[in-house]
Amino acid sequence: METPIFEVDNLRAHYLTRFGQKIQAVDGVSFSLKPGEILGIAGESGCGKTTLVSACMGLYIPPLHLSGGDVRVDGQSILGMDVEVNRRDILGKKISMIPQGALNSLNPTRKVRDLASDMIRSHDDRADKKALYARLRTRFEKLGMPADEVLNAYPVQLPAGMKQRVVIGISTLLDPRVVIADEPTSALDVSTQKAVIKLLFELMDQGIIGSMLFITHELPLLRHVSNDIAVMYAGEFVELGKTEQIIFDPRQPYTKALMGSMLSAEPGHAGQKPVAIEGAPPNLAHPIQGCRFAERCPVAMPECKAKQQQLRLVRARQVRCQYAE
Amino acid sequence: MPSEPKFQAEALSRSYGHGKKRVLAVKNASFTIPSQDIVSIVGQSGCGKTVLAKMLLRLETPSSGSLLFNGKPIASERDPRAHFRSVQAVFQDPFSAFNQFFTIRAQLRSCFKLFLRKPSRDEMEARVDAALLAVNIKPKEIEGKYPFELSGGQMQRMLLARIFILRPEVLIADEPTSMVDACSRANILDYLMKLKKELDMTIVFVTHDIGLACYISNSIFIMHQGEIVEQGPPERVISQPTSHVTRQLLQDIPDLHREWLSRSSS
Amino acid sequence: MKLLKTLLGSGSFAFGMGLFLLTLLSALLGPLLLHVDVSTRVGLAYLAPSSSHWLGTDHLGLDMVSLLISGLRSSLYVGFLAGTVATTVGTSIGLYGGYKGGLIDDVLTLSTNLFLVIPSLIVLILLSASIENGRSLTLIALIIGCTTWTWSARAVRAQAVSLRNRDHVALARINGYGTFGIVLFHIMPYLLSYIFMVFILQMATGILCEASLSMLGLGPYDSVSLGKILNEAKTNEALTDGAWWAFAPALVLITTIVFSLYVINTSLEGVFNPRLRK
Repeated sequence: METPIFEVDNLRAHYLTRFGQKIQAVDGVSFSLKPGEILGIAGESGCGKTTLVSACMGLYIPPLHLSGGDVRVDGQSILGMDVEVNRRDILGKKISMIPQGALNSLNPTRKVRDLASDMIRSHDDRADKKALYARLRTRFEKLGMPADEVLNAYPVQLPAGMKQRVVIGISTLLDPRVVIADEPTSALDVSTQKAVIKLLFELMDQGIIGSMLFITHELPLLRHVSNDIAVMYAGEFVELGKTEQIIFDPRQPYTKALMGSMLSAEPGHAGQKPVAIEGAPPNLAHPIQGCRFAERCPVAMPECKAKQQQLRLVRARQVRCQYAE
Repeated sequence: MPSEPKFQAEALSRSYGHGKKRVLAVKNASFTIPSQDIVSIVGQSGCGKTVLAKMLLRLETPSSGSLLFNGKPIASERDPRAHFRSVQAVFQDPFSAFNQFFTIRAQLRSCFKLFLRKPSRDEMEARVDAALLAVNIKPKEIEGKYPFELSGGQMQRMLLARIFILRPEVLIADEPTSMVDACSRANILDYLMKLKKELDMTIVFVTHDIGLACYISNSIFIMHQGEIVEQGPPERVISQPTSHVTRQLLQDIPDLHREWLSRSSS
Repeated sequence: MKLLKTLLGSGSFAFGMGLFLLTLLSALLGPLLLHVDVSTRVGLAYLAPSSSHWLGTDHLGLDMVSLLISGLRSSLYVGFLAGTVATTVGTSIGLYGGYKGGLIDDVLTLSTNLFLVIPSLIVLILLSASIENGRSLTLIALIIGCTTWTWSARAVRAQAVSLRNRDHVALARINGYGTFGIVLFHIMPYLLSYIFMVFILQMATGILCEASLSMLGLGPYDSVSLGKILNEAKTNEALTDGAWWAFAPALVLITTIVFSLYVINTSLEGVFNPRLRK
């Protein structure tokens, strides 16, 4: 049995607001990744997926706090350590992130080569300047960018697609074991989107990235990107299984609704009516009794609001619904 | 006898800046939008679709070419309010679309500024109530509330409630569902369909999502770098695209049943 | 209410406001609590501070404390009036030009730049000098107001330009609002905090301008002002006589008021601009 490269074990994280309110944004998330695997996390705004990113990386900067659970890379826990140690040994090296809106995360006042060198130097002070540049050059060429041009440019001089490649390049410079991509394609045109995904695949194939967590609200994208999909709602996974299962045979009512809301441009499918759901996700400041989706669920039973729903195995995937089959 | 087309454009262009810095946001657009049609203008960001929509709305003036509304040049009446009585819009971001300093109800009431004959106070309140009910919002829910106190979905419905009050002939919808969650998307589309049926409206839908365009419209315009590169019914456009732009667009969209991009190691 | 709480929580705001209110109260309540008389000789010229005259006398033997309080009132009055006029004129021009754009904006910007380039102090001097009689405090305040509005106009215009393409303005337009309605209801409310800060700075400018004019002997003919006190001290060689009480307190007062206004302005910036908050 291959050892998982990334394990998240009943992770719980909360926000403490100025008024003393505790918002349990991530409430018991568990999954594991083997080398070469991509897990897609699908969910809408407010479901907790962005918090999950910080939580998985060990970045607990107030008002975000760890409530419980563990995160392990290559069997070693990355939680509970000093912020400095975390920054030096974990971030970028073991686990790295491609943030949302990455196009704007490049410092416009510095050249790309300086930004990239910073990344390496912050983890390894001894690096020699010349050797460093050569290393950057090889890597950027490998990623399909005209290295000398790009490295010596300022971010503003590069087109959007190239900037996204640069961000991906810098985030993966230290060959991280796990990469968390948080909506990496949401601000891009479809053609650039495709190129970015292609790049991420290449990085995985070349072993530069060990495994990937791909977060998005766009389901059709996940169909082609991930091996497994976890659907997140109100801080929990409501369904977790293989991509084909989740997309073509969803079992949990929320997943079904999500799949039903997709509109496709394929010939023959163009007339399908999307499914509507009234209401909004629950407010996580107050503890919720019973199923969190019960308020909006089209097939909710009276008992749904009373009993806490657990993940159970239904047709070879995990479903958080006592009535699913 | 076919009725007058709502919009007719001939070599419509809009440029910004002068000399070297001149940019053509819309280039030579020629099209007809028949009455009671639902037309989608599809394109990636920066293709000029929003500028074109603003010209139809009379919020931007064309730099060259002609644009006719109901057979007459769009700027034939000096007062743009005459145009706004017939052509209205819903915007993408429901929060930035409303003034944060006034209550939502007061802002719905300000719609009546456009009316030639201002209704009585009671009539105004009754019509606002009716519009709210049409989008499934109980008037009490928004009593005395300011925009920031409501959710995105509710605010988007406020934009639609405006349309129920104003009852225009044409609605320009600029990406009305892109900032709304997937589950609420279908709701918004349902309200738009309801509006169309009740008011026999012509709808111009601006979006980057071709799947959405196919679902909702009976005619699609594909825009790229300011030009309309393709026009036609959805089924034809996606099954037999004539422009390479359309072909590339269809190829690049991740879809469930087609091979989009494969991983060599999977 | 929450705003007030945040404001009071900010140390610099509390300090600046406190200082300003102190001077304001001194000016308002002074005549009620103390015997203020700027026309009766109470002693010899340049008498040093004593228990009966806390800050001594000036070159005419008038009580310095009375003069200072009187001067304080004048300076604050000029500051307030000039500030109001400058802010009103500048904001109106800035809002209108900024929103409308095009030719109107170009014309207004040109006018603003013209006024900006003409040294306002020269204009003030010329205007002041040409009005030999009737150079009252009010007139001076109005003149200052009408020549120092350029900064407000530019600042407000920049803000208006950034707001005019917002969605809610587009919505207001398709609701049938005219230019006046949009500027009043849809642009100005968003700039109220900014305009308030502009007003505070214009007040400070007004006070300093008046002091400058008075120092040049072009101050108000009918009232005492802090600048006038300084001018008299200079003319009558108070410095060489060692009569520090004839100018130092006035200097301190001008500095205090303007300083407190600047501190208030900076602290307000921290409160109104969420991105500057820690």
